[in-house]
Amino acid sequence: MQWETVIGLEIHAQLSTQSKIFSSASIAYGAEPNTQACALDLGMPGTLPVLNQEAVRLAVKFGLAIEAEIAAFSVFSRKNYFYPDLPKGYQISQFDLPIVGIGHIDITVDGEVKTIGVTRAHLEEDAGKSLHEDFQGMTGVDLNRAGTPLLEIVSEPDMRSAAEAVAYMKKIHTLVRYIEICDGNMQEGSFRCDANVSVRPVGQEEYGTRAEIKNLNSFKYIEKAINHEVERQIDILESGGKIVQETRLYDSNKNETRSMRSKEEANDYRYFPDPDLLPVEITEALLSEMKALLPELPEAKQQRFVDQYQLTVYDADILTSQRALADYYEAVVGVCGEAKLCANWVMGELSAGLNQQNLDITQSPVSAERLAGLLVRIADQTISGKIAKEVFEELWNGDEAADEVIDRKGLKQISDSGALEKIIDQIMADNQPQVEQFRAGKTKMLGFFVGSVMKQTQGKANPQEVNRLLQQKLKGE
Amino acid sequence: MYNDSIKELAAKLQAKQISSVELTDYFLDRINRLDGGLNSVITLNTEGAKKAAVNADKIIAAGDAGILTGIPLLQKDIFCTEGLRTSCGSKMLDNFISPYSATVVEKLNQAGTVMLGKTNMDEFAMGSSNETSFYGSVQNPWDTSLVPGGSSGGSAAAVAARLAPIASGTDTGGSIRQPAAFCGITGIKPTYGLVSRYGMIAFASSLDQGGVMSKSAEDAAIMLEAMVGFDPKDSTSLERPVDDLSADLNKSIKGLTVGLPKEFFADDLDPAIRAKVDEAVDVLKSAGAIIKQISLPNIGLSVPAYYVVAPAECSANLSRFDGVRYGYRCDSPKDLEDLYKRSRGEGFGEEVKRRIMIGAYVLSAGYYDAYYKKAQQVRRLIRNDFIEAFKEVDIIASATAPSVAFGVGAKTDDPVSMYLSDIFTIGVNLAGLPGMSVPCGFVDDKPVGMQLIGNYFNEAKLLNVAHQYQQQTDWHTRVPTGFGQE
Repeated sequence: MQWETVIGLEIHAQLSTQSKIFSSASIAYGAEPNTQACALDLGMPGTLPVLNQEAVRLAVKFGLAIEAEIAAFSVFSRKNYFYPDLPKGYQISQFDLPIVGIGHIDITVDGEVKTIGVTRAHLEEDAGKSLHEDFQGMTGVDLNRAGTPLLEIVSEPDMRSAAEAVAYMKKIHTLVRYIEICDGNMQEGSFRCDANVSVRPVGQEEYGTRAEIKNLNSFKYIEKAINHEVERQIDILESGGKIVQETRLYDSNKNETRSMRSKEEANDYRYFPDPDLLPVEITEALLSEMKALLPELPEAKQQRFVDQYQLTVYDADILTSQRALADYYEAVVGVCGEAKLCANWVMGELSAGLNQQNLDITQSPVSAERLAGLLVRIADQTISGKIAKEVFEELWNGDEAADEVIDRKGLKQISDSGALEKIIDQIMADNQPQVEQFRAGKTKMLGFFVGSVMKQTQGKANPQEVNRLLQQKLKGE
Repeated sequence: MYNDSIKELAAKLQAKQISSVELTDYFLDRINRLDGGLNSVITLNTEGAKKAAVNADKIIAAGDAGILTGIPLLQKDIFCTEGLRTSCGSKMLDNFISPYSATVVEKLNQAGTVMLGKTNMDEFAMGSSNETSFYGSVQNPWDTSLVPGGSSGGSAAAVAARLAPIASGTDTGGSIRQPAAFCGITGIKPTYGLVSRYGMIAFASSLDQGGVMSKSAEDAAIMLEAMVGFDPKDSTSLERPVDDLSADLNKSIKGLTVGLPKEFFADDLDPAIRAKVDEAVDVLKSAGAIIKQISLPNIGLSVPAYYVVAPAECSANLSRFDGVRYGYRCDSPKDLEDLYKRSRGEGFGEEVKRRIMIGAYVLSAGYYDAYYKKAQQVRRLIRNDFIEAFKEVDIIASATAPSVAFGVGAKTDDPVSMYLSDIFTIGVNLAGLPGMSVPCGFVDDKPVGMQLIGNYFNEAKLLNVAHQYQQQTDWHTRVPTGFGQE
């Protein structure tokens, strides 16, 4: 039988606020356990939540970016369950009235564009962390993360392969960083997802029973976990079994998912509106304010790069994958002017260097200004592309400007035909047999002469000029 | 001196006839001598009170005293007090020292009051007789075989016995007004959102409201004014200017309309109680008030609606008491589930557990619409009834409770009959309105209270009516036998 995979994702994006969603404690990552938890975060009796308005603004920004309906009126609810890292015994979340309603985002897989529906996005608080190591059979609880603001972005079950799921997640990842509502740091858990996966026979309209895979925090794991889960479900169905609706955990070491709890064991969360918090009202004024704050979005930027810089869609896609990268590129082009040359260098030498040292574009040792200074010299033929790579190394490891390196190392290209003619004449005089061979029709001897000139000039000769002069002189013109 | 008003005490303090330290010692001594048979105070703040009194005396000496500077008071043990045990009447919090103080406590401290200690209460404010307290029941000073009402039974009994001039209370369904009535004192619960709930341990968040238990409306106005005000730490606190609550006390009530809801004066109302309320209404009438029959058609649904909404909220509010971070933890739990089950099973009393279970039930999948949602709809109907009524009248009057104080143990096995003792008070909480109880006589030597209900933010008007009533009557000055000497 032919099977079709159906996937929906619930993405948790940690919002880039200063403080927690309902308290004034900091959300900075990596502090000593329980040093960023105030009385409210500890669930002390009598404490009350007060909504961080910045979290609301960031959620609205996201809604606008995916062209979603923003609820004029949304409500916080209590999701009740017991766990040691959930100090109040309930999580404050949004249930039937979320802040962001139906929206959409386009993904591209194998050149095909597909629109993925976003069902909703709601605000909620994160839980703390249970620490099972270092406590000799006991469990430690760190409540620093408790109360961190999250935006849970729920998709429609619109994805049909792990590749589509990854493309969607990457798209959202790019977007949240573009609009600066989330730092997207997956290692620190700032951006993670749960995947709802089911399969059904091709052609069947009804969805199959789904399993929810929890806490996927890398693009690689999402793909692996989904593919593994799809295989597992197909195996069960093909051997006559039934899929149980359940929550599963992905084990990246063993590359398998395993059951956490079934639907029967699932909690009844007993949601009800939190009486400690007023409904959230979004005014027209806030909407227009946030609209004005919205930067150029990735797709618009990509199209503009194609139109304005005559880049290929492929290049534009890469250069706009991060807002900081796009900004860097535009800063370079702004000085240098040669759009394609700049694109090649940003995507080539620069990106390779960054990848090698695991650096972000914002941490680049070569600023856009310095790179542009180098590329200007290629464009005006002061140096060749080959010499430029040598200069780039110097830029990467030092803090000189390209012109300083070129001067200090005497790398300026020799384009002066008088000087070049002198060198060529000498080489031809020293290599008469080769001159004869060329003149007898062995035109590939040209390479020998080019190489000799370059050797003589330590690569500084202008290759086009050398070529032109050699052709002229060898042919005896 | 035990029967002095705040104004009288303040005058003595400021005239240096007595120091705050002496006044504090006087009331601490009364508590030590007289509370043995009442059990109204469960934690004494002897050291803290003396320090606060010394400080108050300095402020008085410097001439910076306000009306409450140096005045002793008691706090209901539902308010978190930094460094002093806050038990909420529960074994669960028997060992709990709060790391911070409630806004109400801060405000009263800043006003210069001296906290003598914390008063007994029904466990987590769930009860109408103060019998659910982990610290044992409180006895009514008028007759120690009777309950003082609840849940602010400790504060009510203490003020009635003149162990403190004033005390704080909280009112979720009548917990200030009903014990005030049972103990023959004055109590006011203001409009929901006027007094900050920050640091007031939550029972039912949408209904809970702090307020005052005092001897008179005049004292209530002074203390309440020090408690109200917008608090950025409580999202449900209202951002509005603080009214001068004493300003209207002496205003004539001539021409003021008093509504008597026919549903509160039905045939099954105890005739002896009815007679006392009728007499009180006559006093208002002779002071010039116009009496009008009104109807609150949906008020009969208030007890059932309340017993869905309040337990639902409490079931979540009390989840934080899990034995993990503070409070009671069972001995040697074998795993997490055991820790939860036994800590909560052993730490909570029967009534609290009953309400948590009711609450979990009405919120569970498949029942939410039939119970919680429906109750919220009923709540809107009740609110609308009051809004309609206040288009016709200035205030509403009724009995505070359907009976006088009942015997200790009389209703402990019959929760529904216990719940019905709040039948006249609950609607006020569901609507979020201000309500008061003022003493209006005795039936068989047991105090009776008249409830006065005002429109939103009409605390000053309520206090005006109550004060004018108290100018014509002396029920509020009566002191129970055994407590009427220095």
